[in-house]
Amino acid sequence: MDYFIELFFSGLTRGSIYALIALGYTMVYGIIGLINFAHGEIYMIGAFTSFIVATVLSIYGFPLLAIVIIAGIAAVVWSSSYGFTIEKIAYKPLRHAPRLSPLISAIGMSIFLQNYVLLAQTSDFLPFPTLIPDFPFMEPIAHIVGSTDLMILVTTVVVMIALTFVIKFTKIGKAMRATAQDRTMATLVGINVNNVISATFIVGSALAAVGGLLIASHIGQINFYIGFLAGIKAFTAAVLGGIGSIPGAVLGSLILGLTESFATGYVSSDYEDVFAFMLLVLILIFKPSGLLGKATNQKV
Amino acid sequence: MKLTLSGKFLSTAACVLMALSAPAMGVAGDTIKFGVAGPHSGDLASYGLPTVNAAKLVIDKVNANGGINGKKVEMLIEDDVCKPEISTNTATKLVSDGAEVVLGHICSGATIAAMPIYKNAGILVVSPSATSDELTLSGNYPNFFRTIAPNAAQSPAMIDFAVDKLGLTKIAIIHDKGDYGKPLAEGAKKHVEQKGKGEVVLFEGITPGAMDYSAIVQKIKQSGAQVVVFGGYHPEASKIVTIMKKKRLDTAFVSDDGVKDDTFIKVAGESAEGVYAAGPQDNSANPLAAEAKEAHKKAFGSDPGAFFEGAYAATVAMLNAIDKADSTKLEDLKKVLQSEKVDTPVGKINFNEKGDAIGVGFSMYVVEKGKYVVVK
Amino acid sequence: MFSLKELKKGLLTSLWFVFLTFPIVVIKVDPIARTVVWRWENVAYMAIGTFLVYFLVRFIQYRRENRPKPAAAREKTGSIVHRILQNPTQRVFLVAVVATIAVFFPHVLSSYQTNVMTTALMYVVLGLGLNIVVGMAGLLDLGFVAFYAVGAYTYSLLNLHYGLGFWTILPVGGLMAAFFGVMLGFPVLRLRGDYLAIVTLGFGEIIRLILENWGEFSKGPSGISNISRPSFFGIELGLEQSIIYTYYLMVIFVVITIFIVNRLQDSRLGRAWIALREDEIACQAMGIDKRKTKLVAFSLGAFWAGIMGVMFAAKTTFVNPSSFTFLESAIILAIVVLGGMGSIIGVIFGALILILMPEYLRALSEYRMLAFGGILVCMMVFRPQGLISNIRRTYTFEKKLPKN
Repeated sequence: MDYFIELFFSGLTRGSIYALIALGYTMVYGIIGLINFAHGEIYMIGAFTSFIVATVLSIYGFPLLAIVIIAGIAAVVWSSSYGFTIEKIAYKPLRHAPRLSPLISAIGMSIFLQNYVLLAQTSDFLPFPTLIPDFPFMEPIAHIVGSTDLMILVTTVVVMIALTFVIKFTKIGKAMRATAQDRTMATLVGINVNNVISATFIVGSALAAVGGLLIASHIGQINFYIGFLAGIKAFTAAVLGGIGSIPGAVLGSLILGLTESFATGYVSSDYEDVFAFMLLVLILIFKPSGLLGKATNQKV
Repeated sequence: MKLTLSGKFLSTAACVLMALSAPAMGVAGDTIKFGVAGPHSGDLASYGLPTVNAAKLVIDKVNANGGINGKKVEMLIEDDVCKPEISTNTATKLVSDGAEVVLGHICSGATIAAMPIYKNAGILVVSPSATSDELTLSGNYPNFFRTIAPNAAQSPAMIDFAVDKLGLTKIAIIHDKGDYGKPLAEGAKKHVEQKGKGEVVLFEGITPGAMDYSAIVQKIKQSGAQVVVFGGYHPEASKIVTIMKKKRLDTAFVSDDGVKDDTFIKVAGESAEGVYAAGPQDNSANPLAAEAKEAHKKAFGSDPGAFFEGAYAATVAMLNAIDKADSTKLEDLKKVLQSEKVDTPVGKINFNEKGDAIGVGFSMYVVEKGKYVVVK
Repeated sequence: MFSLKELKKGLLTSLWFVFLTFPIVVIKVDPIARTVVWRWENVAYMAIGTFLVYFLVRFIQYRRENRPKPAAAREKTGSIVHRILQNPTQRVFLVAVVATIAVFFPHVLSSYQTNVMTTALMYVVLGLGLNIVVGMAGLLDLGFVAFYAVGAYTYSLLNLHYGLGFWTILPVGGLMAAFFGVMLGFPVLRLRGDYLAIVTLGFGEIIRLILENWGEFSKGPSGISNISRPSFFGIELGLEQSIIYTYYLMVIFVVITIFIVNRLQDSRLGRAWIALREDEIACQAMGIDKRKTKLVAFSLGAFWAGIMGVMFAAKTTFVNPSSFTFLESAIILAIVVLGGMGSIIGVIFGALILILMPEYLRALSEYRMLAFGGILVCMMVFRPQGLISNIRRTYTFEKKLPKN
């Protein structure tokens, strides 16, 4: 039983990070119907920025709490700026282009950003400073849920609640939902669609940055290539839950994280990813638009 | 092939084809062209770039002293991204650019793919890092040499150490599914079975670059293993030991040369303490190693990365061979490499007829206070 | 155009980029030695660089906006390539020039160039194969490389265990891949658009992971080496000849593929694909069997990938699973989209550019992939419809006035 709980929590932690990244994918897809392949790179840049800022601050002797807060803010600010700029450069000019062109542009952007960080920083793996200390009260159960796991879970829940609030009640959130439903109609009722799209990229990137910061301090290392695999997995999770649906992305991520964890624990980690993708195929066969995605009826 | 009439005709046709296609091979000019191939971009760049640095340092030094037999050494650096299909292009490019010897490639797969091209052109290849048994033990590649020990020597060393020295018999073998780690892990498993002492309780591959290894760590714990034997590179190893520490799991960790890298200690920090790794025998007492490291710090402002010493040694050995043989012909170079010992950062080495370095043995290291020290 | 307002905007843009790139480009930390290097000079480079790029982009936009628009005329005739192809004499001339270059290429240039060109030609065929699936039938496939892997491993394994030769396996590899295409196609083809994309991506990864993990079957990550090169009527060739021979083989393959794909496009099946891409429901109403048509597209695309897989294994003489990653699928897809979806000429150009570019960008050494990514983005931004977009076959009804 202990083993089951251990695996459950490690799956939950992994799922939470997937969720933070998957939300960016799903929000962007919901609004402009684009698979933003560069999103994984935004996550990497978020992690890298927080690494640089945190290390600089710790060298200059700042207290831990200040380091965490400033590094977190820096990660969010810069990631969002990157998300915003990328949209303006690589996607906005392509808004009326054939459907696959922005996809290729996104792949190009992803390659560009990876190599940009590689050249400006280093190809080596770097140690990420310990931002989350071991809490004494967690010690009795540290072998099941560590302090970082706890922080990841708590932060994810807080961020999700905040996001739900933004989407449900704020003006920009409402505008986002309206734009996702019908872009032309949204324009007609006076919503500035360009701003809404920018806002979506900013919010999505900020979430990814939080994910990047958390996972980097969990595993304690960072390198320019971490975004690629994480991005693909999060994208899978978003589709699993029904791409375009925000609760769907969270649900899909948790299911994906748990599946991987249990597959490793009870079968073999050799086939961890095979299980993840098999699950995806199975779910899509029975529910072609994902778990919580809306089945769109085609009109003639 | 039976030479029937039509066969004759066809072979004539092939000859004509060959004659038509006789390409201009690189002509040796007044420099010695020294190829360096490996991943210099992409996700494995960190394994390839240190080799370039090593070659640069040695060659700059040689050139500053007037070159070899009056000829300057010129570097040709080509990227293969560690991909077999690209590495054949890289190799053809080096050959047609007139490279006379090649340092590389880094990944075993890319090296195996490129070797036929060098073999055909009669070019000496020395790799600092390709450990696949096939490269030397199969005898297929007479022009291949390396300054790293083959997998076949490494896995028994790891297992013998864990079982005999540490006295731990329940072994979990983990690998990174890569062309370096997996054969190593398989060799380790086989060795345990042959040894008749010790027992493999878990044999699993992990996905390199995956976000988190909590689940596999829990599985190691569940298996009741006393020691983890890991085949793979340092990024995954440092992730695993970090998570093991977080999960309060103090199983011993024994790993390979890919982990015996200072980056591992830097990245894993405190979690690295007590980790054992097999590595080329201790060179810290070797003044040449210290000198090479200093030179790297001076020239590039940082500590050298993976395979640096091996690459440095390979470059020294190759240039020495060219100097002594006064030629870049494969047969002449081979003779020198196999007969003459040369002082390098990895010790006094020469090569056996298969191409493996003699004198590059394994020592076991353990991380103590942030440094790899030899286990006595 | 160099008004004060423009200047101000340019300055603001470069300021923004200085801010954006500040942490990553300027600060370099060494967490072990605990030192920070502030590379302030990069601020200046960044500022000047973006300022110049901004004006370059503005200049291009300015030229575009103020160009006299022969749009109506151009739309009818299409791009310059199309115009040449439509004119019979020019077409013969063009074909003759291309053929001459193709024949003499390996004799004039080095074997390295030939080798690179062979790779590029392989991607031409792969692109044309994927073009059937994505460009014509409109099914977004992100796991195309799986079929490539199936072909490559079919040849490698049969060659390793049974010593079968290239020519025997060539059709087998293709059929094997087509079979996998059908196997995958059955359950997933009812998915639409991006859902299909992710499932195919997953399928590609599954194939690669199985090859990686199932060592008894595929030799795992160590790969299979010493695969025989294509034989020349039973004669084993040396390396140099073999490179040239492979090159000529590829030229022939490309010609055959172009011929077949071109005929397919005009066939009943091709029309059905294009119709299916445009409107599925209308298509079904017209009595086209949607499922069968899609399956055929999928398996035909897979067939070409399988053939090229065999070719790949024979050319490199070594295969291991790391050659078949998602990035490979992405590159092939980029070839199709960049060239212009559905356009055969476009795909050829796309493949040549995308595969030759990284090779010739080697001069940029470590900046190579950075430039590659950047160019990919720029090409899409400036030519979103692809280099040479497909022209629709249009029929105009010319009323002939009765002579009286």
